[in-house]
Amino acid sequence: MKKYAHMITAFIAFIAMSLSTSSYAAESLDAKVNAIFASATGWFVNLIFAPLPGTSFPWIVLWLVVGASVFTLYFGFVQFRNIGHSIALVKGDYSNPNDAGEVSHFQALATALSGTVGLGNIAGVAVAVSIGGAGATFWMILAGLLGMASKFTECTLGVKYRNEYKDGSVSGGPMYYISKGFKERGIPGGGILAAVFAVFCILGALGGGNMFQANQAHQQLTQVMGNYPGWITGCIFAAVVFAVIVGGIKSIARVTDKIVPLMGVLYVGAALVILLVNADKIGWAFGQIFEGAFTGLGIAGGFVGALIQGFKRAAFSNEAGVGSAAIAHSAVQTSEPITEGFVSLLEPFIDTVVICTMTALVIIITQQLMVDPATGMYIIAENGRIATEGGVSGVALTSAAFGASISWFPYLLALAVILFAFSTMISWSYYGLKAWTYLFGESKKAELTFKIMFCVFIIIGAAASLGPVIDFSDAAIFAMAVANIIGLYFLMPIVKVELTSYLARLKSGEIKKYKD
Amino acid sequence: MSATIIVGVDGSEAGDRAVAYAKRLANLIGSECKLELVCVVEWSPYTFQTPEENSLRKKQKEVETQSAQERVIEPALKALKEAGIDASGYVKFGKASTILNNIAVEGNAEQIVVARSTEQGLSARVFGSVTANLVMSSNVPVTVVS
Repeated sequence: MKKYAHMITAFIAFIAMSLSTSSYAAESLDAKVNAIFASATGWFVNLIFAPLPGTSFPWIVLWLVVGASVFTLYFGFVQFRNIGHSIALVKGDYSNPNDAGEVSHFQALATALSGTVGLGNIAGVAVAVSIGGAGATFWMILAGLLGMASKFTECTLGVKYRNEYKDGSVSGGPMYYISKGFKERGIPGGGILAAVFAVFCILGALGGGNMFQANQAHQQLTQVMGNYPGWITGCIFAAVVFAVIVGGIKSIARVTDKIVPLMGVLYVGAALVILLVNADKIGWAFGQIFEGAFTGLGIAGGFVGALIQGFKRAAFSNEAGVGSAAIAHSAVQTSEPITEGFVSLLEPFIDTVVICTMTALVIIITQQLMVDPATGMYIIAENGRIATEGGVSGVALTSAAFGASISWFPYLLALAVILFAFSTMISWSYYGLKAWTYLFGESKKAELTFKIMFCVFIIIGAAASLGPVIDFSDAAIFAMAVANIIGLYFLMPIVKVELTSYLARLKSGEIKKYKD
Repeated sequence: MSATIIVGVDGSEAGDRAVAYAKRLANLIGSECKLELVCVVEWSPYTFQTPEENSLRKKQKEVETQSAQERVIEPALKALKEAGIDASGYVKFGKASTILNNIAVEGNAEQIVVARSTEQGLSARVFGSVTANLVMSSNVPVTVVS
């Protein structure tokens, strides 16, 4: 314990020394960090979000939608046909009692969900509706439903091609299934594609899995505690994360992992209460969602603008097609990889179709988005976003929406945001680490290098402003999907063989329930 | 006709008393009696874990199994065998009361011998102790050793 205390003290001292350098005297530290960060990442963001020629439609959004649609059709709408079996698997109806003590389907699903349910559901949805209007919700739900098939494909492969080491530990994910699966099928280039994925996964871990979380946690804290520099929040977060991932103080992660599900339940419960209190407006809210989905209700870019925002934020929230979940699900104990595919498809449903929709409905029903009463169209602010009550965006908008009905909820939300941010960071530190060790080998030195870099990026994320951070976070996460979905296209016939065989054995009674 | 007695053990002093009582029963029944020592590591498939914990879980299970085998099962088995009693033992993971009952039912055991619970605190008050749950739900006779 004393050793860890020294390490944490040394880390804080290093950060404090870095921050006290005189070069920051003329300009505030936050502004400086923001300027450097925006100029350093701009080219990457522009590349990933480049529009299709002659349109304003980013190619990457089309890439994800086409991928999810192809998997949905190729597997015959597996996400709708077999959802009952998915639930039975999570309940443990098909779990062999001799496997007790190892990672259950429920645990693998819960761990993956703790990495995805978080700020994407709270802040991300607010960003989507404040740019894309209520209609973005429709496209978000559709993306969630289609994304279930992407998740099914990648998680099946994640388990099938995982590495099981002699010491009993397990590593899996797109870098493993791309390299091993391509080799098995005799397709060249698997090693390169796997390495490209690993590079993007590291960037995704530092962006969406880290900086976005730190940034939004700081935004939420300033809402409750008043304005103060972001690097202070960043340093505190970095020290706690450092204590867990470098110091090995697992008790902090354990406590958080127990509180986070409770916070999730409280969040959904509060949203339900608000919806029940405003039950008379639910019909009107869905009217806004459908009307906005196809007309845009006056937002920039019309219905395409709503569609882009809906799809972007759904992908950012549920990470379907991104490949991160395949890393989380690969540790499950099962002799049938396809069973984890069935379980994982519940993830986008819970994350996007249920939780994100709740957030969007609360924002719409509490009328945070300002509408011109004369035209029924949204009032667009100077920054191109829909004008909101109080001019807020991101997590502050969600906070204001919940606060409009439950005055004390912003305090609870602040705590939820911090815990969600923390648990997401812990999850993504692991995903990034797996990608890092895939590239640089499994050594203590390589692990420590990544972990320290991860903590430094927390401070940068908290200090930078929302715009550049959210752009980089999106770009980094979506870049992972580029390599992953290429891999999935080549490997989906393997999943099809598994699916056909499994369903036939399930139908014939060869695969039996252990519980009635 | 043989008689199997399931004995719940956990390495505690109370568990040792359960073994001692089962040994006495075995001596009274004679050579037809067989003791099965079961050490259950409490585990639930519905807990929340970090990705790192999941990736190491298989390894952790092996460590926990070996530890329970060496610390709890083997010393008790050695003592029973030296006393000439037919005994076997193993480690299981899950909810202790359910596992002990299932093993007894599947193996047509005559009875289950456990020690009086030493569990205290809120959890035991709200959800009941392992012993109380076993007594309430068991399909075979249960002897609770004080």
